[in-house]
Amino acid sequence: MLLDCSHGLDEWKSTTFFSEAGLLELQKKIKEAFEVFDHEANDTVDVREIGTIIRSLGCCPSEGELHDLIAEVEEEEPTGYIRLEKFLPMMVKVLSERRYRPIPEDLLLQAFEVLDSAKEGFLTKEELVKYMTEEGEPFTEEEMEEMLSAALDPETNTIQYRDYLAMMVIDEN
Amino acid sequence: MGCSHSVHNETKKSEKAMKAAVLIQNWYRCYKARLELRRRQALNIFENIEYADEQDQMQLAKFFAFMLEHYVKNKSSADNLPKIFNPEPKRKSDEETIISLIEVPDTYYGPRLKFPLTFADVVLLIDAFKENQILHARYVLEVLLEAKKILQQMPNIIHISSTVSKELTICGDIHGKLDDLFLIFYKNGLPSGNNRYVFNGDFVDRGQNSMEVLMVLFSFLLVYPNDVYLNRGNHEDYLMNMRYGFTKEIMQKYKQHGAKILHLLEEVYTWLPIGTLIDKKVLVIHGGIADNTDLTVLEQMKRNRMRSVLMPPLVPAVFDPRHGHFSHELPPPAMLAMEQLTKYEWDQIVNILWSDPRSRKGCYPNTSRGGGCYFGPDVTENILTKFGLKMIIRSHECKPEGFDICHDGKIITVFSASNYYEEGSNRGAYLKLSHDTTPRFFQYQSSQITQAKTLHERVDIVENAAFRILGERMIIRKTNLIQAFRKYDPNDTGKISLSDWAKATEEVLELHLPWMSLCPRLVKTIEDGYVLYNMGFKDLPVVRAPKVAKAGMVETLVRYRSDLKIIFNIIDKDQSGLISMDEFRAMWKLFCSHYNIDIEESHVDQLAHSMDLNKDGSIDFNEFLTAFDVVHRATNKL
Repeated sequence: MLLDCSHGLDEWKSTTFFSEAGLLELQKKIKEAFEVFDHEANDTVDVREIGTIIRSLGCCPSEGELHDLIAEVEEEEPTGYIRLEKFLPMMVKVLSERRYRPIPEDLLLQAFEVLDSAKEGFLTKEELVKYMTEEGEPFTEEEMEEMLSAALDPETNTIQYRDYLAMMVIDEN
Repeated sequence: MGCSHSVHNETKKSEKAMKAAVLIQNWYRCYKARLELRRRQALNIFENIEYADEQDQMQLAKFFAFMLEHYVKNKSSADNLPKIFNPEPKRKSDEETIISLIEVPDTYYGPRLKFPLTFADVVLLIDAFKENQILHARYVLEVLLEAKKILQQMPNIIHISSTVSKELTICGDIHGKLDDLFLIFYKNGLPSGNNRYVFNGDFVDRGQNSMEVLMVLFSFLLVYPNDVYLNRGNHEDYLMNMRYGFTKEIMQKYKQHGAKILHLLEEVYTWLPIGTLIDKKVLVIHGGIADNTDLTVLEQMKRNRMRSVLMPPLVPAVFDPRHGHFSHELPPPAMLAMEQLTKYEWDQIVNILWSDPRSRKGCYPNTSRGGGCYFGPDVTENILTKFGLKMIIRSHECKPEGFDICHDGKIITVFSASNYYEEGSNRGAYLKLSHDTTPRFFQYQSSQITQAKTLHERVDIVENAAFRILGERMIIRKTNLIQAFRKYDPNDTGKISLSDWAKATEEVLELHLPWMSLCPRLVKTIEDGYVLYNMGFKDLPVVRAPKVAKAGMVETLVRYRSDLKIIFNIIDKDQSGLISMDEFRAMWKLFCSHYNIDIEESHVDQLAHSMDLNKDGSIDFNEFLTAFDVVHRATNKL
């Protein structure tokens, strides 16, 4: 993970972030993530990949917030492509201002507990699917399937969310 | 109490639920994005290395030219000229006789084919291949021979018409993946009079069943010669096969008659048409075009003279028309010059087989692959207009979704080998053309296993495979890498900055990859943003070599292994697998001088002697080369 969640807002001034070398390294990292999707090596990426790029750099904007970010970097007349020269400064700002921080594990657990109205420690498959595909910023069928493939305990047809989260954390590291 | 209070509670509850849902969705999408980045990075690694390999080939082609020049300069006799530069004219009766002498023993329980082939024979063949049976060499040769006869009658570019009643399906690269071919047949039906197919090249190499794929395709060609069309791809090239696996597959499956099969195959390839033109408007070719692509020239040339992309025609200056003889004294078979394409014609074909579309305008050398061009939308526009075409359907590049559309809908890429780089790497696709309607695409991904694994597991698999081949590339340049790191560390502190490490690595490996983000996965120790390069790399494979070989030489031999294999094969006149010590030494000297390799002759001698196990003065070069290998240590990874 690029950034550690626990620093308070005041602390960013004292981090290495704003040293010149630190800024340079940050720019390099953003460029590298951008280049993965820059198939023709001409400093542009398809606008549909921007969400993936921003999220892979450690930020967690919602779909709505993502739309706003894209609007900031799109051309006056949208071409379907985003240029690096617009993306880079925006992303540097977002990262150095620590916007769209990733969700800490405990908050995530709480979210599952909210959905678990019966307070049984698990969600049924139907419950999860209903919430994920009907509420909030709904999942596509593919997203739902993918989440279930890892989250669903096939024997009980339930999502044991504590175990699921624990596994996801290990996976990431 | 009262209704309003509980309604208020309900609203609060559902608001909370919505917030919770958004949180979870948000988190999941971020998780997914990070996996997607890793997957794409892995694919980039594969692609980069694949193209870098293709580039290496071009160096090999130059070496052959260099070799030939050397022989010519030394006025070597015809005997010493490697056979490859001096192909013997083939006699038809010879081939048929040789084949008819091959007996199929009673103990052979595989499919037995009767010629002329019928649909029933092909079904038999398919069923047998599904049972993993191997077709007997006799039948392989017969199929190849019959296929050659049919192909010889075809023009360079086949003109067909789409009709309202008959479907036309176009498939891209298959690369020996029999599963994908069967999946296409399952979804789309077997080829027949009413179900026409165009296969757009690259049937072989890389996959495990190139022979079976080829046999199925050629068999259908024999049964439905007017409804099945096979275009030549850049891998329908016997020298490419030596590098990319098909030759090895043949020698393993056909120990006794493999050489005969390779020999005939070499010729059959040259007779494959180079393109298909549908309704005079849709051109189907394997790679792409260049700004000077000329369909007239392509239709008129003698296509069977294009033997391999690694054997460009000799420089015309060799023949001196003023004096009516060759300015160097060429060995007698100066027939050589007359059996060639002109350089112009040769370039035309190479562009068709190797080029890639890009969004940048213009036409410029395809530096990734080392052959063909990159062509922009303006080139496409010009060529389409010039020849009255509507669009070009091509293959040659692996696409995550199996197909891609660019240049404003005028260039379509279709790629039919799913999981090309690794299980889970990409989908395959085919397209269907009906009369005057837009093409329809169909996608698939073979392998049950892909479905059962979670997203994370699938990405792990692709990523691990990518890092394995990256590791192979790094280990054979380890000495150069350490040298490069030292240059950035003039005070010999043992540390260099992350960005210097990235620069050095890119310089040495000649691969443009996101080295800064790959670094933590490749090196053992990073402290405060500095790489301790003496602490070594993580999980690199090891190089296995005979003890007597010196370190510098080992890396060179492993690095150039596939090139050397090709070169040795060429020198081996009688295809016995053996070359003499003298031949080895002479070739090695040439090789080192051309590739700028600095290795003491005594080392080579020592090594060659140690390999001469029979002590009879000849070297089994296959044994020699397999003694040098890159081996992965067993890891806990999937």
